[in-house]
Amino acid sequence: MDLTFSPKETAFRDELRAWLAENQPDVEPLDGGEDAHYAWRRDWQRRLYDAGWAAPAWPTEYGGRGASLTESAIYFEEIGRARVPFAANTLGLLLGGPTLMVWGTPEQKERYLAPILSAEEIWCQGFSEPDAGSDLASLKTRAVKDPEHPDQWLVTGQKVWTSGAQYSKWCMLVARTDQDAAKHKGLTYFLMDMEQDAVQVRPLRQITGESEFNELFIEEARIPDANVVGGVGNGWKVALTTLMNERAGLGFALQIRLRQLLDDLIAAAAERGLLEDPRYADALAELHVRCESIRLLAWKGLTDAERYGQPGPEGSLVKWLWSDTNQRLTELAVDIIGPEALTAGTPWSYEFLRARGNTIEGGTTEVLKNIVAERVLGLPRLKVAA
Amino acid sequence: MDFGFTEDQRQIQRTARELLADRARPERVREHAEAGTVDRALWRELCELGWPGIAVAEDNGGQGLGRIELSILCEELGRALAPVPFLPSVMAATLIEHAGSPQQRERWLPGLAAGEFTGALGTAVDGMAELVIGAPDAAVIVLVEEDRSGRLLEAAQAEVTLTASIDPTRPCATVSVVSDGGEALAGDVPAGIDRALVAISSELVGVCDRALEMTVAYVKERKQFGVPVGAYQAVSHRCAQMLLETEKARSTAAFAAWTADADPERLPEAAAMAKAAASDAAREVTASAIQAHGGIGFTWEADVHWLFKRAQLDAALLGGGKRHRAQLAAILAERLGAPAVG
Ligand SMILES: Cc1cc2nc3c(=O)[nH]c(=O)nc-3n(C[C@H](O)[C@H](O)[C@H](O)COP(=O)(O)OP(=O)(O)OC[C@H]3O[C@@H](n4cnc5c(N)ncnc54)[C@H](O)[C@@H]3O)c2cc1C
Repeated sequence: MDLTFSPKETAFRDELRAWLAENQPDVEPLDGGEDAHYAWRRDWQRRLYDAGWAAPAWPTEYGGRGASLTESAIYFEEIGRARVPFAANTLGLLLGGPTLMVWGTPEQKERYLAPILSAEEIWCQGFSEPDAGSDLASLKTRAVKDPEHPDQWLVTGQKVWTSGAQYSKWCMLVARTDQDAAKHKGLTYFLMDMEQDAVQVRPLRQITGESEFNELFIEEARIPDANVVGGVGNGWKVALTTLMNERAGLGFALQIRLRQLLDDLIAAAAERGLLEDPRYADALAELHVRCESIRLLAWKGLTDAERYGQPGPEGSLVKWLWSDTNQRLTELAVDIIGPEALTAGTPWSYEFLRARGNTIEGGTTEVLKNIVAERVLGLPRLKVAA
Repeated sequence: MDFGFTEDQRQIQRTARELLADRARPERVREHAEAGTVDRALWRELCELGWPGIAVAEDNGGQGLGRIELSILCEELGRALAPVPFLPSVMAATLIEHAGSPQQRERWLPGLAAGEFTGALGTAVDGMAELVIGAPDAAVIVLVEEDRSGRLLEAAQAEVTLTASIDPTRPCATVSVVSDGGEALAGDVPAGIDRALVAISSELVGVCDRALEMTVAYVKERKQFGVPVGAYQAVSHRCAQMLLETEKARSTAAFAAWTADADPERLPEAAAMAKAAASDAAREVTASAIQAHGGIGFTWEADVHWLFKRAQLDAALLGGGKRHRAQLAAILAERLGAPAVG
C-alpha cells in the first residue's frame, strides 16, 4: 500500500495544474439560457483539446495521452479542484469513445474518435425507453433492414431521458433487431445520426426547471450497416461496456465535486456559527467521513482495476454511496443555509434539486443494490413470474 | 498510488486466517466465552509467532513491521473473535512506545512484544476506568484521561476488580489507581491513542466482515415461502448495506494505518475517521446480522451475538462514532480558523 504519487504521476499532475492555472475558462455565462451555457462548455473542450487535455486516458494513437488509470483519476481530481467545467462532450469522451475502442471496426475508430475529442461532434446515449428503464434489455425500439437498401436499417421507436440529445450529432442507440430471440440476444448497438428528420428531439423539463434530457421520437430513421457496433445481435454486450465505463469513469470526477460542495457547506456553517453546534458538527463530520471513504473506495477500485484489468462490480458501491451522500449533503445545506437554499435560481437550490436525480441516473440505487447482492455477495436472484 | 497489500502483507493475512480458522473455531471460542477464560494455548502460539510484537520497533524487542501489518492481524483476530488479550496488549505497548520514557520502554516493551506478560488500556475519569479489557491478567495497565494525558501502572499499583461485560470473549475489570500510584506517560500520548484507535478499528472491520459472511451464508440456505430468504430484496439489500458499511470502515481503517507510518501529520484526522466509521459500521452490521438470522439470531446457540457484543465493547473503547465526529469537526473548524466545538 502506497498512497503517494510516483514521480511520473506527480509530473503529470503538476503539468496539468500549471496548465489549468494559466488557462482558466472565461466566466460562466449565467444568463443567455442553456444553449449559451452549452456553447461555452463546448468552447472550453476545444481549449482542452488544443492543449491535449480533453481525454488524457485515451491511447495516444487516438489523440489521448495514454494516461494510466491513476493519472486519469488525477486528471478528474485536478479538473474538480480547479473548479473548471467538464468537457462538453462528456458522454462521447467517457462512454462512446471507450466503447468504440473495444468494439469498433478500424473504420469506425478512424471516423468517429477524433471529432469526439475535439467537440466537433457531440454524443448522446439512447438506451432508456418509456417502458424500459432498469430493465433495459426489454427495450422495444426496432431496427429492420430496409427492403430497398439492404445495407441500411430503418429504426422506429421512442427513447427517453436522453441527456444532451439537443446538441448531439451521434446517438449510441440500442435497438431490437431480432423479435424472436431471447430478450438479451436480439439487440444491436448502433450509432445513429441525429441530423435527420426521422429523429425528433423534444426537451423534457426536469425538477430543476432546466432541460438536460429529452425524449426522442424515432420514425424510420436510417442507419447504414457500417454504423453497427460490435455486430448484429451483440448489442447487450456492447451496451454493458458503455455502462461499465459510466460507473467507473465518472466516479472520480463526481467525488471531487462532492468534496468541494462539502467544503463550501462547512465554510457556510462556520460563518453562521453552526460548526459549534454539536448537531450540525456531527452531521458535517459524518459527511466528511463519507466523502473521504468515497475517495478511498474510488482509489481502491482503481488499484483493483489496474491489477485485474476491469473495473469490478464494487464500482456500484462508490456510485451508490456518492449519490446518497450528495443527497444528504444538499439536505443538510437546506438546514444550514436557510431560505436562500429554497429560493428558486440559487446555486444551493439547484444542487439540492439536482441531487434527487443522482440515485436514478446511471442505474437506480435499488438496481445497484441488486448488483451488489447478486454479483458481489452471490445472493440468489428473486425469480419474477413472467 | 496503490491501495492494495504487498505480497508479504497478503502472506501475513493468509497465514493468520488459516491459523485462526483452525485454532479459534467457533466451538472453541464459545467454550472460552462460557467459561470466561482466555485461550492460553492459542495465546502462547501467537506469542511464539511474534504477533504481539509485530509493530514494536526492533530496538524495543519487537519485529519492527508497520501498522498495516498490525492492522491485518487485528482484523483477522476480530474475524475469529479469538479469546486472547492481543488487542489490549498491543494497545498498551503502543502507548508505551509512543509516550513512554526510555526507561519505561525498556522496562515493558520487550516483555509485551514477546508475550511474557500482557498489558491493557483503559479510559479513566479521575483515575478510575471501567470495563478495561484484558485488565484482570495484565501486568501493566495504561490509563488515558479525557484530556489525553496518560498514566502507566504496574498491576500492584492498581485496584483491579473483575467485572463481567456483555462480551465474555475477553475478561474485563474496573481499574482504579491506588493512592496516586504509577507514573505519568510524559511523551506523545495522542500519537499513541491515535494508533490504538486504528488497531481497534481494524478489529471492528474483522467483526463486520465475519458478520456479513455468516449472514450471507445463512440467507442463502434458509428458505421461507419456498425460496431462500436472501432472494428477498428486504434481505438482500440489507446485506448489500452491510457490505457498504464494512467497506467504508475497511477503507478508512486502511488509510489510517497507512498514515500512521507514512504520513503521521494526517493521522489524527484519519484515526478519528476510521474509529467513527468502524464503530458505527460494526454496531449496524452486527445488528443487521441478528435481524437477518431471524429467531435463531436471538439465541445464545447461534454465534452471531458474540460478534454483536464485541462490536459494542470495541465501539465504545476510546470513544465511539459521536465522540470521534466531534473530534473531526474540531479539526475541520481549526482548518478554517473557526472556533472549535466546545
Ligand atoms: C438526470 C438523468 C439523466 C439520464 N440520462 C440518460 C441518458 O442520457 N440516456 C439514457 O439512456 N438514460 C438516461 N437516464 C435514464 C436512467 O438510466 C433511468 O431513469 C434509470 O435507469 C431508471 O429507469 P426508469 O426511469 O425507467 O425507472 P424504473 O426502472 O421504472 O424504476 C422505477 C422504480 O422501481 C425501482 N426498480 C426497478 N427495477 C427494480 C428491481 N429489479 N429491483 C428493485 N427496484 C427496482 C427503481 O429503483 C425505481 O425506484 C437518465 C436519468 C436521469 C434521472
